[in-house]
Amino acid sequence: MAAEWGATMRVYQFSEQPYYPTWNDHSGSLRVILPNRKCDPPVAADLFHRYYDEYQICDEIGLDIMLNEHHQSATCMSSAVVIGLAVLARATKKARLLVLGYPIGHRPDPLRVAEELSTIDVISRGRLDMGFIKGIPYEIAASNRNPVELMERFWEAHDFIIKAMTTHDENFNWEGEYFHYRQVNVWPRVLQEPHPPIWSTTGSTSQARALGERGYVMATLGTGYGTRKIFDAYRKSYVAKFANAPAADRFAYSGPCRGPQRRGGSAQARPSDRGLSAHQRDRLPTVPQSSRLSAG
Amino acid sequence: MLQAAQVASGSLVIEGTRIDVIERGAGRPLLFLHAENGIEPAVAAIDELAKAARVIAPTHPGFGGSALPHAMRSVDDLSYFYLDLLDQLDLRGVTIVGVSLGAWIAAEIAVKSTARLSRLVMANAAGVKIGDRETRDIADIFALTEQDYLEIAYCDPNVGRRDYKSLPDSEALAAARAREATARFAWSPYFHNPRLKSRLHRIRIPTLFLWGMHDRMISEAYGRAYCALVPGARFETIEQAGHFPHQEQPVEFAGRVLVFMEHK
Repeated sequence: MAAEWGATMRVYQFSEQPYYPTWNDHSGSLRVILPNRKCDPPVAADLFHRYYDEYQICDEIGLDIMLNEHHQSATCMSSAVVIGLAVLARATKKARLLVLGYPIGHRPDPLRVAEELSTIDVISRGRLDMGFIKGIPYEIAASNRNPVELMERFWEAHDFIIKAMTTHDENFNWEGEYFHYRQVNVWPRVLQEPHPPIWSTTGSTSQARALGERGYVMATLGTGYGTRKIFDAYRKSYVAKFANAPAADRFAYSGPCRGPQRRGGSAQARPSDRGLSAHQRDRLPTVPQSSRLSAG
Repeated sequence: MLQAAQVASGSLVIEGTRIDVIERGAGRPLLFLHAENGIEPAVAAIDELAKAARVIAPTHPGFGGSALPHAMRSVDDLSYFYLDLLDQLDLRGVTIVGVSLGAWIAAEIAVKSTARLSRLVMANAAGVKIGDRETRDIADIFALTEQDYLEIAYCDPNVGRRDYKSLPDSEALAAARAREATARFAWSPYFHNPRLKSRLHRIRIPTLFLWGMHDRMISEAYGRAYCALVPGARFETIEQAGHFPHQEQPVEFAGRVLVFMEHK
């Protein structure tokens, strides 16, 4: 994930934190229906610690960090992204911590979301980049939210979270279509003003227009040659609203990267030797040659 | 929401909401409430029923070409819509015939008021929870492939199979809207209202449960337990039919309803 801040291109390291040991041992799908019997918890623990060690290396060498969330899947073990954010808020010192994204339309309780993200912003001393996303259709079961109403819930949760983070003087109530609260007062108070920068993802020009109107950072994932159209749609509605062109730091792009092949033999990914204990190096399985990380 | 398309034979506006409606036949009034697969699969049964009754067969808000007001989100909302329809058409002595989702709507109407109703037919009805919290009473149709769904919902899956690619746009749109509207109304709690069970005692009009016996979306055992909650209700099975007996056996289905309407 790359975004431009001022004159500098920022690079966010992104891993979905996959459980790859089962990639060649599944019954037709890596997602949703793959039973968790295929997950060996001690191996999952080693993988999580490897991934967090790698993030700490990113922090040391000046990269930023992006986390995401998926459910019921061997492609991504981060089923509760707020956990990873919490770990990194304490375990890193400099890196921006981007969540892309938090599926706010799915969460039953946007007040809880506001509390979690405010706390992470404070513990990280203002390094949170707050990505709000819709979620993907085949992961509806993880929350059981009605898919037909998801975008309406998303926007109400979005409006509520912003209000919760920017109201400092008096408890407020909220009796909306989807959420009801009576005395909202979020502690700790979020650190970045007026709130952490908001990001969202899109592959469509209509959503790009909605993001441009609000001036949010727009991230496109692997959109390739279609990206220009999406960026232009953003620029057009941004200019209509703000009267000047958007700065480069409103745009982010993500594409997959492949590590270098080892010489003399088949390509196998091995965990980086830096920052890992001998115990972890021995236990972690290699990535199967034929496997590929699925898109999304 | 998908845009509504013009499909069925007539139109009604109820409290500002325009719906498609089929009106056919003469005689005692029969309000036919279609299932989650829409009005099109019901037309053969409607034609049979119209041989001996005045059939009013609306397309529910959100289905087919019917509009969907923003505030209409639940089966409870739909039941008030239909109470408004009965008032507006000033119908009396109505037999309500509902299938699956339509039967759920029918039950929600009847527990509120039977003032304009004389009889109730509940075919392969959804709407209540019979089993315990870890028992799936009703198959999760949103987690099944098309083929698996046809096999559990039909005695003969070919009856339900549709070649979506060759459908005219209006029918393809109706099929998509039916799916979307079913999700809107039946998502969670899944295909039921936890409050309905405790209200069924209020239905004091003659009630018939019809059950396509090959239904593996909702079992006969569920149907019998549901029937037992409605005072005096009778249970009958229909052979060679699954979850949509009106679609698989329209003549037999209509015959059973019309006989029931004649009963003293």
